[in-house]
Amino acid sequence: MSEPLVSVTVRQRQPEPALAQRETVAASMTVERLSAFYGQFQALADITFPIHPAAVTAVIGPSGCGKSTFIRCLNRLHELTPGARVSGRVLLDGVDIYDPAIDPARVRQLIGMVFQKPNPFPHLSVYDNVLAGIRLHRSRIPKPQADEIVERSLRAAALWDEVKDKLGAPGSSLSGGQQQRLCIARAVAIEPEVLLMDEPTSALDPIATYRIEELIAELKQRYTIVIVTHNMQQAARIADYVAFFLAGEERTGRLIEFDTAEQIFTNPKRRETEEYITGKIG
Amino acid sequence: MTGTQLRPTVGTDTEFQPRLSLRRKVGAVFGVLTVVAMAIGLLTLGTLIVDVVRDGWSVLSWDFIRNFPSRRPSEAGIRSALIGTVYVMVLVAVIAFPLGVSAAVYLEEFAPKNRLTSFIELNISNLAAVPSIVYGLLGLGIFVRALTLGPSVIAGALTLSLLILPIIIIASREALRAVPPSIREAGYALGASRWQTVRMFVLPVAMPGILTGTILALSRAIGETAPLITIGALTYIAFTPKSLLDPFTVLPIQIYNWVSRPQPAFHQLAAGGIIILLAVLLSFNALAIVLRARLQRQIRD
Repeated sequence: MSEPLVSVTVRQRQPEPALAQRETVAASMTVERLSAFYGQFQALADITFPIHPAAVTAVIGPSGCGKSTFIRCLNRLHELTPGARVSGRVLLDGVDIYDPAIDPARVRQLIGMVFQKPNPFPHLSVYDNVLAGIRLHRSRIPKPQADEIVERSLRAAALWDEVKDKLGAPGSSLSGGQQQRLCIARAVAIEPEVLLMDEPTSALDPIATYRIEELIAELKQRYTIVIVTHNMQQAARIADYVAFFLAGEERTGRLIEFDTAEQIFTNPKRRETEEYITGKIG
Repeated sequence: MTGTQLRPTVGTDTEFQPRLSLRRKVGAVFGVLTVVAMAIGLLTLGTLIVDVVRDGWSVLSWDFIRNFPSRRPSEAGIRSALIGTVYVMVLVAVIAFPLGVSAAVYLEEFAPKNRLTSFIELNISNLAAVPSIVYGLLGLGIFVRALTLGPSVIAGALTLSLLILPIIIIASREALRAVPPSIREAGYALGASRWQTVRMFVLPVAMPGILTGTILALSRAIGETAPLITIGALTYIAFTPKSLLDPFTVLPIQIYNWVSRPQPAFHQLAAGGIIILLAVLLSFNALAIVLRARLQRQIRD
């Protein structure tokens, strides 16, 4: 692995010493009594479970159980919705990302995100899409360094060979699966420690899905990954740990069970989990 | 209801009737209606152009563009009005575009959604419908008298800028609103601040729409006569403005002046002036359209 140019520049500027002093390898996270609200409506209640470093944690559950809300709480994206708020703690290597002294923009640099629908910036080329995150922090990057970051990020996203001859083409000219891998490249370009993926393959065909899943297996060597999926086979294929969410009558999502993927899929402790993974509910 | 009842049963009242021929006819009727609607617009424009060109073609010459206005129709030209129009329009674009876009960005991206903002929004929509002569009176009171700019190029440009600001703001807000939320989220998720998200990701995507609105607004400003006469733009000027504080005239005023004279020779000059005005308008718009097309190619490819 080459020298992490970007992480150095990002970290040198950080204001929060607590975040700075952590190990720079894949981080662990801990979710403690997390609740999320949209105005009066409570979308999530009292979620507590650990997110292990350099592993894939899948969040599964039927539609409307708060999976997406949950993952958006992990990088403070939830609070951008008007009226939305959060209670409880989310620790990144022991530092609470909801601490008032911490800038949410800083949190989002360290915890990257890939969305359900590929969303490359339509006005930027493939090249500039990859660099978009870095340009937010440094307006001038020497060309050789920029080239290196672009190649490294696209290789990390298994996209380099397909786009190396059309780096100047608009990001939106790629196929759906390529666009999603471009979004992954864009996210890893700023060297986050955690990657959040909100149903990253639900808009893709099976072959593109397979490629992304292969990629996730590779990325977990370096990144802590949290993935929301409604596809149980996918969770079984790629996850090391699984959190099962379910919403009751009042539509508030709760954590029913958290365990290793093997336990959840072979020997779930809760009846609801078993019913969901065998297709009886949801 | 059971599944069998949902299926069409041949020979009963519940039978599903596709009525394909009726649907085709309705479609054809609507097609014809839209063509008629377009033809009305095109015919009006065509008639106008044919009429103006027939009257004005004979007076078009380099002398017509080079000469100042004159009492003798054979020597009269539109130099001062043409230059006045170009000055004023460039100034209006420079003043109104950044102001309008900034106001729209504030209202759409930064302003809290409360009663005050909806009150402001309502008033901006109202302002877009205020008759232009009212803006003329406002310009006379503020720019010409209170700020003592006099009936100058800058006073005229500021007045017209006020006139088209609401149009630019409304069009820009629509364009900003049309940017998908996923673009904003992508920006925030990379650690962008609100301003960075707007500046680097939202505005560039909205820019083609914003430019369309600006083209429409400038096209309106270029044809305005009433507010400029109100602030005291002259109808007869035998010099070109040297500074922003010099008196000026514009093409619509010159055309109005010529049309209101009794001699038919001046009516021909007016028609010639209209052709020049259309040409100036087209070149301004062409510039903006080329710019927009380039941005769109970047975005859509």
